[in-house]
Amino acid sequence: MEHHSNPRPPWLEAECIARESYGKLVALLAAEFRDVAAAEDAVSEALVAALTHWPEQGIPNSPEGWLITVARHRFLDEARRTARQSKLLDALTSSELPQPFSIPDRRLALLFVCAHPAIDPAARAPLILQTVLGFGADRISQAFLVSPASMAQRLVRAKRKIRDAAVPFQIPERSEMPERLEPVLDALYACYTEGWSTPLEGVQRNDLTREAIWLSRLLVELCPESAEALGLLALVLYLDARSAARRSDLGDYIPLSEQDPALWNPDLLDEAESLLLHASRLGSPGRYQFEAAIQSAHIARRHSGQTDWASILAFYDALLQYAPNPVVLINRSVALAHVHGAAMALKSLAELEGDPRIGEYQPYWAAKANLHDQLGETQHAELAYTRAIGLASDPAVRRFLIERLGAGNKSFD
Amino acid sequence: MQYLLLLYGDEKLSAKMTPEELGHTMGAYRAYTSALQDSGVYIGGNPLQSTETATCVRGAGNQARVADGPYAETKEQLGGYYLIDAPNLDAALEWAKRCPASEHGCVEVRPIRVFTAEEMNGASQQSAPALA
Repeated sequence: MEHHSNPRPPWLEAECIARESYGKLVALLAAEFRDVAAAEDAVSEALVAALTHWPEQGIPNSPEGWLITVARHRFLDEARRTARQSKLLDALTSSELPQPFSIPDRRLALLFVCAHPAIDPAARAPLILQTVLGFGADRISQAFLVSPASMAQRLVRAKRKIRDAAVPFQIPERSEMPERLEPVLDALYACYTEGWSTPLEGVQRNDLTREAIWLSRLLVELCPESAEALGLLALVLYLDARSAARRSDLGDYIPLSEQDPALWNPDLLDEAESLLLHASRLGSPGRYQFEAAIQSAHIARRHSGQTDWASILAFYDALLQYAPNPVVLINRSVALAHVHGAAMALKSLAELEGDPRIGEYQPYWAAKANLHDQLGETQHAELAYTRAIGLASDPAVRRFLIERLGAGNKSFD
Repeated sequence: MQYLLLLYGDEKLSAKMTPEELGHTMGAYRAYTSALQDSGVYIGGNPLQSTETATCVRGAGNQARVADGPYAETKEQLGGYYLIDAPNLDAALEWAKRCPASEHGCVEVRPIRVFTAEEMNGASQQSAPALA
């Protein structure tokens, strides 16, 4: 916690606490009430109460404790009014509740609840954003390109399932940890890529990358010995370190191999490198560590001046064992072309032909076009570039692809 | 917390079982049922006759139409159920994973709905049953 020479005004204090403590309070109360939606409502009401009480009566000694007490009362009142969960009500009123001065951090359990295998995968990342960070459904819907109504419905449905099916607020046992951690990591990574893969114009979505990093840091804080959690944090830091280099001053897309290393953030890269090293020493390799290792190999040219494609290819081969999906295969083909030539890389992409997932997947067509281009197969390249251009949603990427197409075919302009 | 485990599988495959395979399957279910009972989670359970024996009734009283056949034609059919009492979903899912039906078919886990006092009061004020 930071120390301020000037005490913050109460309204600001309430806002800061809301930002810093929201997830912690919701996590604690959701576990107590066994109901995420009820915990969110109670915490929101307590925060509203704080905004009216604190400016008049001063900020309490333990602001979080004050909020918890108020939130619990709100929940109990509501539970009595609706005579809901009478057994739970007895338990809550009679049992020893945690004292406000030692507020346990249940956010990890909440992350596992939100990314439980029984929860709709499409709801997991949004649910984490809402319960741990307090994002509103409309803001989340903008980030995930879903209508606010259907996002709200998805979130309500997930919370109802957590309550009615009694998804437990427990940290999984050690033996199940790897299996249960995976969807949590996937949800956080989905959160990051959602923010990353969108045009920089979208300020809201940029936010999403920051929050994903914050949550990944939290996960590492809560599971310091999880190699994959460290791997994920390293991965998102590598990506974030390069964010200023991904676009030219004119907003044009710049592929990784052509980025200026001087524009990469050296502090973030150093942090990512040391996290990845720490992860690798734990001796339990996984998808996110290899994803991070690929990034690490790419950015090594900031010192060496050269890209070590052979290592990158080796990391892709390893990654393919953990994540055998078209996206990895497509990215691997780029490294394969550098090491063994474009013809070999095209052959590896042929495996994907007929896969329904790649028909509308722009990076597949861009990679294929580039490989045909390298082989001087102009007609094939043109067809694939045209397809990729038609599928591109980022205007900067579209401009980049149009330029590439133009470079191979002068008559295009 | 009570959960209903609904056991789905391809009944054509079970109909084709050799006596030896049938014996193995029966043994597996006997062992599973005893494990549920020994752990104190078992409330009830039964296998069902095939969907060929199913009859559907739709509409009440004079309007009732009776028709041969199951509610829906599906690739896998409901072949039995268990009603269990487990502390939470994870515990219920653990039991579902142990169920012999999950090996070749699918076990659907559904929490039993308990009406709250409010819902019960609301329902009793209406003249007609609340179930639609």
